[in-house]
Amino acid sequence: MPPLLKLDGVSRDFDVSRPWLNRVLEGEPRRLLRAVDRVSFDVAKGETLALVGESGCGKSTVARLIAGLYTPSEGRVEFHGKRLQMIFQDPYASLNPRWRVRKIIAEPMLFIEQKKPVSEFLVQVGLSPDDAERYPHEFSGGQRQRISIARALAGEPELLICDEPTSALDVSVQAQILNLMAALQERLGLTYLFISHNLAVVSLVADRVGVMYLGRIVELAPAAELFARPRHPYTRMLLDAVPDLAMSGKARTPVAGEVPNPLAPPPGCAFHPRCPHANERCRVETPKFLNNVACHAVEEGRI
Amino acid sequence: MILEVKDLTVQFPTRRGTLTAVDSINFSIGPGEVLGVVGESGAGKSITGMAVIGLLEPPGRIAGGEVRLEGERIDNLPHDQLRKIRGRKIGVIFQDPLTSLNPLYTIGQQIEETILTHLPLSRAQAHERALALLREVGIPAPEARFSAYPHQFSGGMRQRVVIALALAAEPRLLIADEPTTALDVSIQAQIIALLKRLAGERGAAVMLITHDMGVIAETAQRVAVMYAGRIAEIGPVRDVIHAPKHPYTVGLMGSIPKLGIRQDRLMQIEGAMPRLNAIPPGCAFNPRCPKRFARCLVERPGLLPAGSSRAACWLHATTP
Repeated sequence: MPPLLKLDGVSRDFDVSRPWLNRVLEGEPRRLLRAVDRVSFDVAKGETLALVGESGCGKSTVARLIAGLYTPSEGRVEFHGKRLQMIFQDPYASLNPRWRVRKIIAEPMLFIEQKKPVSEFLVQVGLSPDDAERYPHEFSGGQRQRISIARALAGEPELLICDEPTSALDVSVQAQILNLMAALQERLGLTYLFISHNLAVVSLVADRVGVMYLGRIVELAPAAELFARPRHPYTRMLLDAVPDLAMSGKARTPVAGEVPNPLAPPPGCAFHPRCPHANERCRVETPKFLNNVACHAVEEGRI
Repeated sequence: MILEVKDLTVQFPTRRGTLTAVDSINFSIGPGEVLGVVGESGAGKSITGMAVIGLLEPPGRIAGGEVRLEGERIDNLPHDQLRKIRGRKIGVIFQDPLTSLNPLYTIGQQIEETILTHLPLSRAQAHERALALLREVGIPAPEARFSAYPHQFSGGMRQRVVIALALAAEPRLLIADEPTTALDVSIQAQIIALLKRLAGERGAAVMLITHDMGVIAETAQRVAVMYAGRIAEIGPVRDVIHAPKHPYTVGLMGSIPKLGIRQDRLMQIEGAMPRLNAIPPGCAFNPRCPKRFARCLVERPGLLPAGSSRAACWLHATTP
C-alpha cells in the first residue's frame, strides 16, 4: 500500500528580486530565496507526522506546498487520497466574519455527494447544534479553533494539515484542542501533518518528527527516539533550549547565534556557524541526508 | 521590599456598568527577586503591570489600593512626577521590542539619551556607558552596531537592545511583560539567562509577566497565578509547580504538555475563564472547579495559607 502522502525532493523558490527597473538600472541579478530545499518524506495513513523548527525554517511553506497553495519549484508531491483540509494558526483570521457558522462549515461540503448535517460536525468538536446560527465573533479563540476543525472535518478529509493549530491559544484551551484532535484521530482514522515550533506539544501528538532548519529536513525519526536520543546537533540544541518545567536544576545551555539570513545561507552545512562540532568539511560540503540525519559529524561517528 | 502592592483594584467604567479587571490584589517583590505573574489571556496580569507603572489606558483607572516603590506611594502622584520616577527607577520590557524603540534614531542615540536624561553624566561618559550596556546584553561588536537603526537588528537582538535601554538608568524595578513570547526557543533561552543574571547582579526587583510556565520555572523565585483579575495562588515557584494548592493551578499545570513524559491525553479544565462582566459570585473559579462545595458559590475566598504558598480557595480554610 503506498503512503497517503509522499514528498520527493520538493523545493520551493521565491523571487525576492528588486523591481525590474532597479535591476536594469543598477545591474542587479534576480534574487531567489529557497524556502524549502529538497524535502522528502512520506506519511502513512493514520499516523501523525510533525514538522518542527524555528520561524523561517520553511515548515509552513511545506504545508502550503502539500495543500497546493504553492506549486513546487522542483520535485513532486504525491497525495494518494481524495481530500485534504487545513487548520490554521489564527482562528480569528481564518473564519469569514460575515458568515454564520452554518455557512462556514457547509462550504467544504460543496463537493460531497452525501452531505451530513452541519450539527453533526458541531457536536463532534464539542459545540452545540445551536451554534450554527451564530457569527464567529461570538466565540472565544478556543471555540473558533473548534469551528475551524469542524469545517475541516466537513470536507471529509483523509489528511489534515495543521499549521500551528494551538499556538495562539492559552494552555488550558490548548489542552482541550489537543485532546479533541487526538480523540478525532482515533474515531475517524485521520492522518495529521502537524506543524509546530513547540517541542512539548509535538512530543505529545507526533508518531514521527521531522526537524527543519533553513529549508531542509536535518533529522527525521520516530518521536520516542528523537526525544530520547536526538542525533543532529540542531535537534539537541532545540531540546536543550526548552524551558525545564520539572526544575531538575539542570543548566540550560543557551545556544550562541541566530538563524542565518536565508537569502545568504552559509556554505556547507547551514548550521555550521552555530554548531559546536563543526569542522572544515562542514564549512564547505553540504551534508547528505543519510540514515535519517543530515550531519557530517554523525556520519563520521564523531558525535 | 522594593515594590509593595496593596489591595490594588483596577476598573474600567463602560456604558454597561463598571468592569473590575484587577480585584484587590496584594503582592511584594524584594531586591534581586524575580516574581513571576502567570495567567491566561484576560486574567489581568498585564493590566496589573500597567497599573503599577501608572500607564493604564483610559478609561481604565486605579479604583482602590496603593502601590509603593521603595516605601513611597507612587499610584497617587501627579503625571509629570510619576514620569520622572518611571524613567529613573522603573525599567519596562514589552513583548514586541519595536514598540519600545524609536525607528528614527540609532540604538546608540536612544540609550545615550536615556542615560543623559536620568543620570548626572557627561556625554562622553554616557557614550561609554551605553557601549558597556550593549556589550553586557550580548550585542556583538557594540562600537559598530552603535549607529545602527532598530530595523537593522533581528528580533532577538532588538530585545537585547530593549533590555539595555531598560537598564540604562539603573532602575530598582524591572517590569517585563512577555519578554520572550515573540522569540524562537533558542533565542528565548538566551534572553531569559540574560534577564536573570542582570537582575541578580544589580539587586533590582523584577516582575515577570508571562503565560509561559516554563519561563517562570527557569527565572522566578516566587510566582503569582492570576485568574479573572484575582490572585488564585502565590508561593515559591517549586511548590506552585510541583505541589499546586489551588484547583485552578492544578488544572493549569496538568494541561501543559511536558517533554519526556509519555501521556495520551492532557488534563483538561472544562469551560473557559469568565468574562469580566460575568464573574460568578463566590469564588470566580467555582463553575469550572471539580472540588467546589456550597461555600464556594456564595463567599469569596481570600488568600489562605496552604503549605509554603497561599491559595484563594476554601479547601484550605482551617474552620469550614
